[in-house]
Amino acid sequence: MRWIKKSIWRRRVVWALAAVFAVAGSGRSSGPIGAKAVAQATPRPVAAAAAPTAPGTRFVVVLDAAHGGDDPGGRLNGQSEEAFTLAMGVRLRSLLAARGIQVVTTRESDSTVDLVRRAEMANHANAQVCLSLHGTESGSGVHLYVSNLAPAQPARIAPWKTAQAAWVTRSLALAGTLNSALLQAGMTVTLGRTSLPGVDSMTCPAVAVELAPERAPGKKVTAELDDPGYQARAAEALAAALVEWRGEAPQP
Amino acid sequence: MIPRYQTVLFVVLLVASAAMGVALWQLRERAHQRLLSSQDSTPTQAPEVAPAEPATIYVANDTDGSLLAQVQQLPLPKDPGARARAVLGKLLDLYAAPDAGHPVPGGANSIAQVFLMQAENLDGATGKGGSGGVSSPTQSPATTDPMQMGPELAIVNLTGAFAAGHPSGIETETLTVMSICGTLHATLPRVTEVRFLVDGQLRATLAGHADLTRTYLATEAMPTEGAR
Repeated sequence: MRWIKKSIWRRRVVWALAAVFAVAGSGRSSGPIGAKAVAQATPRPVAAAAAPTAPGTRFVVVLDAAHGGDDPGGRLNGQSEEAFTLAMGVRLRSLLAARGIQVVTTRESDSTVDLVRRAEMANHANAQVCLSLHGTESGSGVHLYVSNLAPAQPARIAPWKTAQAAWVTRSLALAGTLNSALLQAGMTVTLGRTSLPGVDSMTCPAVAVELAPERAPGKKVTAELDDPGYQARAAEALAAALVEWRGEAPQP
Repeated sequence: MIPRYQTVLFVVLLVASAAMGVALWQLRERAHQRLLSSQDSTPTQAPEVAPAEPATIYVANDTDGSLLAQVQQLPLPKDPGARARAVLGKLLDLYAAPDAGHPVPGGANSIAQVFLMQAENLDGATGKGGSGGVSSPTQSPATTDPMQMGPELAIVNLTGAFAAGHPSGIETETLTVMSICGTLHATLPRVTEVRFLVDGQLRATLAGHADLTRTYLATEAMPTEGAR
């Protein structure tokens, strides 16, 4: 009889421990996504969309220098897109830091960072601005692209691939602020909507900024992408726009 | 000494076998000709040239990021899939022209196939951002009542060479995708959703930016954005 009671008692202890681990596991899955979770199935919920930042809190900007490592991106007048975006990111980070803005970068060197990891870093930063920096030889001036997801109400749990939907309205407002600043700096700006895998998963006002050579009306290039003056003008205008954006209430 | 009647018999048999051999050879030749004639692919009728009709094509321009509707007179086949391929071929021919406002190499040969299928049959495969597979293509128009057909999903199979040669950039890739979606919807209004394959396979992006894993709504391509 005693050994039967002992085995029942042991079984209860095992079940209790299993229940504790199960509760801990479910609690983790509803929180911000960890790096290990990212390596699993791709359509996953994200909880940060439901956490609008209160006014008066720290102002964080995420700079995502696109491509890098195994993904060099396009070829831009002899240099790779990955090198160009990194250079632009460093330039913009310096300008923002000088204005007292906290900056989080998704990469600091020529390293491979996948799109899921980039979005995860942006979401963990709880940023008020997420800029994805790109470069291209096509078109003219600066292209500002916002996710083309339909605007949605913030939910406690948002699908990973469409997490940006709750922030699209704010992203469009941010694109408007960037547009004004770039136009003031005398740059040509094209606004558009698109579907970008990394940006669509970000839970912050997010805009993809793509810099192209500046062209005269006859398509003649007046400023190349590797022109330091042109890069500086674009970076200054973006920094000025973000300073202006800081003055607005960062609500989704 | 061989008897005479045996010699005569031998000669008669020899002549008979030679005659039978010749007859058999002729029969074989006739059968061969008959077989060849049944497999003959030489057209017996002149190909029917479809009359030119107006087709709306959404042409992209990199300079201002716009899509401009152009009406072209094109001989379009009756079959919807072939019709879709013909207009998209014209669109990509415009992009491959030397003075194109949206230069993309490749031309009409860059469209491998266009499949059309009923959108409602694809539950679970056409969700936004989904990467589900595709079911069988729609039945031919001869066996389907066009009046009863609902919204359709177009699957555009691009060649790998087109994707490899496409310029890299958010704007240029987005414009290519949007112009294909808009042109398909303008030609075949029942096409409400568009998916892309490259060499028959799902591909993450066109040339590093535009997402090709999702289903595009054809109406998204209407040029409401892109203002300077």
